[in-house]
Amino acid sequence: MSEIMYREALNRALAEEMRRDPLVFIMGEGIAEFGGTYKVTDGLWKEFGLERVIDTPIAEASFTGMAVGAALVGARPVIEHLFVDFTLLAMDQIVNQAAKYNFMSGGQGTVPMVMRTQGGAGNGLAAQHSQSLEAFFYHIPGLKVIMPSSPYDACGLLKTAIRDDDPVVFIEHKLLYMTTGEVPDEEYTLPIGKADVKKEGKDVTLVTYSYMTLKCLEAAEALEKEGISVEVVDLRTLTPFDRETVLASARKTGRVIVVHEACKRGGIGGDIASMIMEEAYDDLDGPVMRIAGKNTSIPYNLNIEKVCVPSAEEIIEGVLTMV
Amino acid sequence: MVKKDKSTAVSEEILLEMYKRIYATRRFELTCVDLYRQGFIRGYFHPYLGEEAIAAGACTAIEADDYIISTHRGHGHCVSKGADLKLMIAEIMGKSTGLCKGRGGSMHISCKEDNNLGANGIVGGGIPIGTGAGMGIKIRGTAQVVVNFFSDGASNNGVFAESINLASIYRLPVIFMLENNHYAVGTKVEYSAGDCHLAGRGPAYGVPGICVDGNDAVAVYEATREAAERARAGKGATLIEANTYRHGGHHVNDPGLYMDQELLKEWKARDPMILLKDKIENTAALEEIEQSIDSELEEAVAFAKNSPEPDVEEFLQSVINA
Repeated sequence: MSEIMYREALNRALAEEMRRDPLVFIMGEGIAEFGGTYKVTDGLWKEFGLERVIDTPIAEASFTGMAVGAALVGARPVIEHLFVDFTLLAMDQIVNQAAKYNFMSGGQGTVPMVMRTQGGAGNGLAAQHSQSLEAFFYHIPGLKVIMPSSPYDACGLLKTAIRDDDPVVFIEHKLLYMTTGEVPDEEYTLPIGKADVKKEGKDVTLVTYSYMTLKCLEAAEALEKEGISVEVVDLRTLTPFDRETVLASARKTGRVIVVHEACKRGGIGGDIASMIMEEAYDDLDGPVMRIAGKNTSIPYNLNIEKVCVPSAEEIIEGVLTMV
Repeated sequence: MVKKDKSTAVSEEILLEMYKRIYATRRFELTCVDLYRQGFIRGYFHPYLGEEAIAAGACTAIEADDYIISTHRGHGHCVSKGADLKLMIAEIMGKSTGLCKGRGGSMHISCKEDNNLGANGIVGGGIPIGTGAGMGIKIRGTAQVVVNFFSDGASNNGVFAESINLASIYRLPVIFMLENNHYAVGTKVEYSAGDCHLAGRGPAYGVPGICVDGNDAVAVYEATREAAERARAGKGATLIEANTYRHGGHHVNDPGLYMDQELLKEWKARDPMILLKDKIENTAALEEIEQSIDSELEEAVAFAKNSPEPDVEEFLQSVINA
């Protein structure tokens, strides 16, 4: 086992998959010699060359579409969008093309592409560089959406995403890149569509993902000292959704809060809460609650930015209202 | 920008091959119009009538394992790339025996076997994809090329500029085939384009741009062959602006009353099918082609009419827990 950073775990996954399969290649802005804005692709150009580690001009829509085309003819592209906010420029290629090609062609053409990106607030990057837009992709049939919270999950899931024959949206978080965690030294993969119970508990379930997983764990640790046992379920994959793990936890504790950084309105928390209430109503002590980002754009000033997204304190308060 | 309008000697075998494609496309589209009026085809489709020589010429100039991607007006490219007419009509009629199992229909018809990446319902939607197919070819290290069909309308879209620039910097084996039929639904290209010499948009990004008569199959064939050779030699992309004109409105239900009737007459007098037929001396071969296509189409229509619809229950089961 080694303790490595989230961004190093992603770098490792990319390197391993590119060694394993010569058809895997990566494209994005500033990913080659520059190594990527968050250094995820650092050094890969040295091992794999500039024919497989490809810098792009600022042409989000078209290099995303290029990934669809390359995938259709048998290559395996992994593209990077610097910020999830920029994926909006490529929405036709993601939603109308990548997500639908296999369906529209009657199963003739799979699109084995991975679109990596990152989102989230907390760095003072303001409204156009701090969003959480997973709800857009979650909503679209034909896309798989993965949001890992730890180096271990990031590495294992990125490898599986690259081997998957369907288009995968892989959303990292800017505040996670420098966090560390243990990963095995041997190669490993993790299954798409399986949530992970990061902490077991019996009083309240927190269903969460990405950076909020860390906030939930922080809150759970504090609550443990008050004698409240919190279970933290990290979705890891948003769709395909792991109903089994989530419902099992909901039925066990009877009290559920969905926690996400994305704006509450139209965030996936609403969908998850509805689903749990529809299917596990009799086992619940009360309605499923949501603790989510405020319905606002993210401001520049760091103090007002901070209160836009859930904090450990807010999560603790939320749990206390339920027990 | 070089204007190519001279015809060199092309073998009669090639001329007959192109005639077969053009005749098949013409009869196919007219058959679809009939089927539509009789209620067998629902929704809309966009007939390629009048433009047949572009797909026919281009597809004859490339190899079977080269790729194409096309537009919402995609029947002609699909026929010319060699699709089974039975499976095409079945698809356009939404039957489960169709190329895409009735899921895609006219605007999304594709055929993996023919390396036809498909028609596309988003104007310009296929341009980046075709460009990416070129990148995929490079990664795989083969000598294939891509003919990336799109319209004058699409050439004003952002993705066109991005894609042709990307093809330029990466030296991709992509032939950008701009089918200039002078209309985007009802909007004239003279209105939409700041500079109507659309072929000039290639050199702006470092890609040679040429203009050809899109109704002259031989001209399209020669230009495509030359572009394919360039691509295979590692010299990158070419932009070919092929000029043509629709014989009707934008889609099967659009009478096209906004079209310039004088201009339409002029273009119809240069019917691509007749222009090519006039170049061929072997009338026996022509007759054989026509008879063979006519009977193939008859069989195709019967096949499609007798094919089952997709099973609703089966479809529901596949999506109910998605």
